[in-house]
Amino acid sequence: MNKEIASGFILEPERYELSAKAPYRFDLDRREFFKFLGAGVMVVSVLKTASAAQESGGGARRRGESLPTEIDAWLHIGEDGKVTVYTGKVEVGQNIRTSLSQAVSEELHVAIAKIEMVMGDTQLTPFDMGTFGSRTTPTMNLQLRKVAAAARETLIGLAATQWSVDRARLRAADGKVTDTQGNRSVEYGALIKGQQLTKTVASDVALIPAAKWKVAGESAAKVDGRDFVTGKHRYPYDQKLPDMLYGIVVRPDAFNAALVSIDTAKPEAMGAVVVHDGSFVGVAAATSEQARAAAAAVHAEWKADPQVSNKELFDYLRKNTTEGKDPTGDGDRYDVGSVDQAMAAADHKLQQTYTVSYIAHVPLEPRAAVAKWDGDNLTVWTGTQRPFGVRGQLAEAFRIPEDKIRVLMPDTGSAYGGKHTGETAIEAARLARAAKRPVKVTWSREEEFTWAYFRPAGVIDVMSGVKHDGTITAWEFHNYNSGSAGIRTYYEVPNQRIVFHPVNSPLRQGSYRALAATANHFARESHMDELAHVLKMDSLEFRLKNLKDERLRAVFQAAAKKFGWGTSKSEGQGFGMGGGYEKLGNIATFAEVKVDRKSSEVKVVRVVSAFECGAIVNPDNLRNQIEGSNVQGLGGALFEAIEFENGKILNGRMSEYRVPRFADVPSLETVLLDRKDIPSVGAGECPMVGLAPAIANAIFDATGVRLRALPLVPNGLKNS
Amino acid sequence: MASMRLDINGRPYTVDVDPQTSLLTVLREYLDLTGSKYGCGEGACGACTVLIDGRAQRSCITRVATVLGKQLTTIEGLASGEQLHPVQEAFLEAGAMQCGYCTSGMIMSAVALLKKTPQPEESDIVNFMNGNICRCGTYPRIVSAIQKAAKVMGSAAAGKGAGR
Repeated sequence: MNKEIASGFILEPERYELSAKAPYRFDLDRREFFKFLGAGVMVVSVLKTASAAQESGGGARRRGESLPTEIDAWLHIGEDGKVTVYTGKVEVGQNIRTSLSQAVSEELHVAIAKIEMVMGDTQLTPFDMGTFGSRTTPTMNLQLRKVAAAARETLIGLAATQWSVDRARLRAADGKVTDTQGNRSVEYGALIKGQQLTKTVASDVALIPAAKWKVAGESAAKVDGRDFVTGKHRYPYDQKLPDMLYGIVVRPDAFNAALVSIDTAKPEAMGAVVVHDGSFVGVAAATSEQARAAAAAVHAEWKADPQVSNKELFDYLRKNTTEGKDPTGDGDRYDVGSVDQAMAAADHKLQQTYTVSYIAHVPLEPRAAVAKWDGDNLTVWTGTQRPFGVRGQLAEAFRIPEDKIRVLMPDTGSAYGGKHTGETAIEAARLARAAKRPVKVTWSREEEFTWAYFRPAGVIDVMSGVKHDGTITAWEFHNYNSGSAGIRTYYEVPNQRIVFHPVNSPLRQGSYRALAATANHFARESHMDELAHVLKMDSLEFRLKNLKDERLRAVFQAAAKKFGWGTSKSEGQGFGMGGGYEKLGNIATFAEVKVDRKSSEVKVVRVVSAFECGAIVNPDNLRNQIEGSNVQGLGGALFEAIEFENGKILNGRMSEYRVPRFADVPSLETVLLDRKDIPSVGAGECPMVGLAPAIANAIFDATGVRLRALPLVPNGLKNS
Repeated sequence: MASMRLDINGRPYTVDVDPQTSLLTVLREYLDLTGSKYGCGEGACGACTVLIDGRAQRSCITRVATVLGKQLTTIEGLASGEQLHPVQEAFLEAGAMQCGYCTSGMIMSAVALLKKTPQPEESDIVNFMNGNICRCGTYPRIVSAIQKAAKVMGSAAAGKGAGR
């Protein structure tokens, strides 16, 4: 069930919410394009697979009037010198609007303020599968740098022709091309006056090496930060259209419930638009209060079969794997050497089970969409990490072609992997079609807690064998349901059996920041500590003894040094570590906890993270992402868990589901290892994975109590 | 339904609305002041925070009828023209946001805190701000932004005092 896409990026099986869709084929006519943008220079970046096909003659060479079809980004410079960049990526707080602007600014030698990023608009930007998997920095950042570099070279070429001089003596800087041997320069805008030039990025375009970066590599303020501190920015929840109605969906009282009977006479008498279409029931009215009243007046009866509750969850997961039963339910499996023989010959053996709960993303902005029909053309503004994916869902739901649909994504109030789908887009569009007016649907917090998808819960069994000297000889690892991201061990073990067992989940589940890497690292890094304890070895020494990867060793050593690993501790104090490799980044996290045995309260006092993700693009934003990962990670590590019973969520309110707050935040120290010799990769996910095991290991260090379930201390530490 | 006069950001507004309606709904839906955000609907996240006679209040659990005759300030009314409030400046300088959805409420709460406690200790900030949630986890930056703003506002106040 792994799907590979053009870039070689593998989709993890736990991204359940994603449906495979054929990429949209951009086929805008070149003249039409310039009519839309005005004259200027346009540079497009063509996906590798498509350009390879062209070069081999496998596809028709498209020159002249139309553009290549498999474009992933483009840039336009107008006669006024304005630079507009088009990418299907979206901004959900990871600050790529800024970091991608930096990349363009660096190569094109134009101030960040003169660059406009058009993002996530299915009509204007090239197809993009979605903004997830920490892919923006390793792929889109690089593509845009190439596009900008090609634009820069084109501009220098234009100036060389205009002045009839050798281009080698010309330099691009500060939005101008300057002749280094003559006393003259020309602004980009003036240079391209009257031109209509289209360039495709050559594969050998020269990029500025990271060591020479001036804009990229430095901290840059959020490009439109002022709109956020003044309340001017309009999130999806804030969108408004003339004559717009407010829509509310009437929900079943349990998951998987069937509608038995419905009476909509009352809301209709109240003047509301009422839609009952299959399992969909919704209303729309002129104000949100009228809509709420109308929804409450719908009389609907639902029926659901008994469903699994969180009390019996882990037993259920282990007993309900779908391997072999469902053609899409194949797990991931990795075998090397002979685990059984190695286990039999080991000096020490250890077997333990770890569990993780379902947790919710709780994006502070719940899902929202505004939909508008013009005849059979549909336009939707919504907050999603996959505008093109949502367009596909809309096409499917309404049985209309994708080219009739435009999805726009205003910069959105966070997602964390939770906004890959288009529920509100479909709901708003269905109501708008009936109302013949635009309709806005905004989920309440309770709806967001109930009808979105959750991070998968999971059970993980680990069996290991070690020699007296601390060499790991056997490693067996079974993950039930939570997923396969980060499932393989980076420790050197000659005999391994690692299996992901998919399960038919009782709750709707899907991607969550760092995916199952959080669960798998929690189990692995906890187990490593348990082995070190069995061997009476220092945890760091034991890890390094079994770790060859230089980049990972470097982060463990850097964090240990900053943390002061090996110093003595006081009563109730505990130190622990966790770390690993995920999404091409390397993280080591060290935690200090303070446990009050009387009150059973556990306080995380200090967290030191060392992180390496290749050449750093924006150090301040990188720190912000690492700090954010640690703060958000505290919730899942310490106290977040969705409670459910018989198809109902029991703690689906902000007052009932505890997320990290100011008072929970430890002192956070971050060590950045800048590897200018290694391509930049993403940083929004990896830094999260070391935290939970570091805390669990620190609690053990403080108390001798080994906790093997996330969340670790939802009600404090029970004395044992 | 009742016609109500509200004083928001120093300007008079008249709305025709059920007096039981939440202030947040009135601001966002009737007056198109969308800077105040919905986050939970039960006063548990702080995204909807506004100032009512200078005090931080959760507008999602405040009925509009209870604010008649009071002075309301929302995020839209904090800057004077192009001149940002020192707390807004400090949030920008400290990079105290990621997605920014909590930012309005954070800034409004911080303004109320600094009005009450002009030179807060870190523990004052944590205690006062603990009702505001940032899911992106920028809390340490928000604390440092508030400290920066306190410093700037403190020296501005001292400067004014010396001039008199």
